[in-house]
Amino acid sequence: MSVPEELYYTAEHEWVAISESTARIGITDYAQRALGDVVFVQAPTPGTRITAGDPCGEVESTKSVSDIYGPADGEVTEINPEVDDDPGLVNSDPYGAGWLFKIRLDSEDEVPPGLLSAAEYTALIAAEEQ
Amino acid sequence: MPESQPAALKRTPLAAVHESLGAVMTDFAGWQMPLRYRSETAEHNAVRTAAGLFDLSHMGELRVTGTEATAALDYALVSDIAAVRQGRAKYTMIVAADGGVIDDLIVYHLADNDYLVVANASNAATVAQELTERAMGYQATVTDRTEDYALLAIQGPKSAAIAAKLTSTDLSALKYYAGYPATVAGQDVLLARTGYTGEDGFEIYADPAAAAGIWTALTEAGSAEGLIPAGLAARDSLRLEAGMPLYGNELSLEVTPYDAGLGRVVKLDKAGDFVGKAALAQRAQEPPVRTLVGLTGQSRRVPRHGYPVLVAGVQAGTVTSGGHSPTLGKPIAIAYLDTSAAGQAAIDGLAVDIRGSAEPATLVSLPFYRRDRH
Repeated sequence: MSVPEELYYTAEHEWVAISESTARIGITDYAQRALGDVVFVQAPTPGTRITAGDPCGEVESTKSVSDIYGPADGEVTEINPEVDDDPGLVNSDPYGAGWLFKIRLDSEDEVPPGLLSAAEYTALIAAEEQ
Repeated sequence: MPESQPAALKRTPLAAVHESLGAVMTDFAGWQMPLRYRSETAEHNAVRTAAGLFDLSHMGELRVTGTEATAALDYALVSDIAAVRQGRAKYTMIVAADGGVIDDLIVYHLADNDYLVVANASNAATVAQELTERAMGYQATVTDRTEDYALLAIQGPKSAAIAAKLTSTDLSALKYYAGYPATVAGQDVLLARTGYTGEDGFEIYADPAAAAGIWTALTEAGSAEGLIPAGLAARDSLRLEAGMPLYGNELSLEVTPYDAGLGRVVKLDKAGDFVGKAALAQRAQEPPVRTLVGLTGQSRRVPRHGYPVLVAGVQAGTVTSGGHSPTLGKPIAIAYLDTSAAGQAAIDGLAVDIRGSAEPATLVSLPFYRRDRH
């Protein structure tokens, strides 16, 4: 199970890559493995306001549908058109080509509040595996 | 009262094989079963184009023996069991007195006065109990032999070519819905040409101690042909495309075989009485209040079990099974539709309420997928 060191995470299994005031968001390797093959992603459209902890989209797999939760407060600036064409990218490259959307962060902190480090997220999924 | 401890999940004779393959396991009807090994879509496609290997050892196996075994089954089940010749199999159902479906079954006529009844894992105990009660007036014995059978299935267009490498049985003589004793990979098994995928294939009922060896032999014989192990996720999407009912979804105590479009399995004119006959005879005369239909989605959002079907904005049915179809590349669903709304649905179209949004759907005939038969 891959949990890259440089990313931040949510307890709902999203990852967040922060670059200055922009966050790129996807679902984790653990999440994609639990979901199974992703067949459709409904990402929030650009311009949408995102609130940390609130549902803002859906990831639909062969067997289930899961909400995407906002990892931080902000506004959607871009969605990944490649994933719309080929949702399987979420499975094959969850931290790379399978990213879902980007937001402009409200927070001026370096890291928005409430996000988990790679070590904290690794501990969380280890606990879920029990 | 203290809460009872959840019973430990049962493991099939192939559990260690699944572990070594890194399968994602799931709890299914009290059994720990492989959900998928890698990608369930790849497993689905392998079965459509080459072959997939399944562990179905969770299925319930009941043996019915005795000089009146045939009569007992004819009383207990809706089909004409006396007409099933030795070496043949029959898809049938066991219903309650009111005609509600207790389970769908496959009955194999193994030998004189000897039948194997295969039940869904979730219903095996109920079916065993019902069959035992219904057989009481007959010289017949019902024995739950689930623990004595491993069940492997090889499904897909390459199945026969792969299986032929491991058996001297003439597979061209083994017709669809036939099954008889054979030797596969050096092991004595019941080899049946049955399945739940919409493809050609075989089900292999084997001694649990022989299961891993047969699995390995099939894997080695089939890998060059594209055979891969396949889990329950692929099994479900395959049967859905093939329009095959799943107990708990399309079938339940609340529906009769007629509701499910499976009235053909009921033989009202067979000799003697059978449980549910009076109710089913009446039901056969009445126009159906609902009918099982196929739907394809026009958006990419997937209809799922329990979602309302809407006609002119009003609920007129319920999705029983739904999923993304890898073969068709779009969402598909089976649903019960009120027959009173079917006419309007044909004019106005229909929709599925997918978590609050009405997604247009198209009425299609079942199955969604039918294999080419050469």
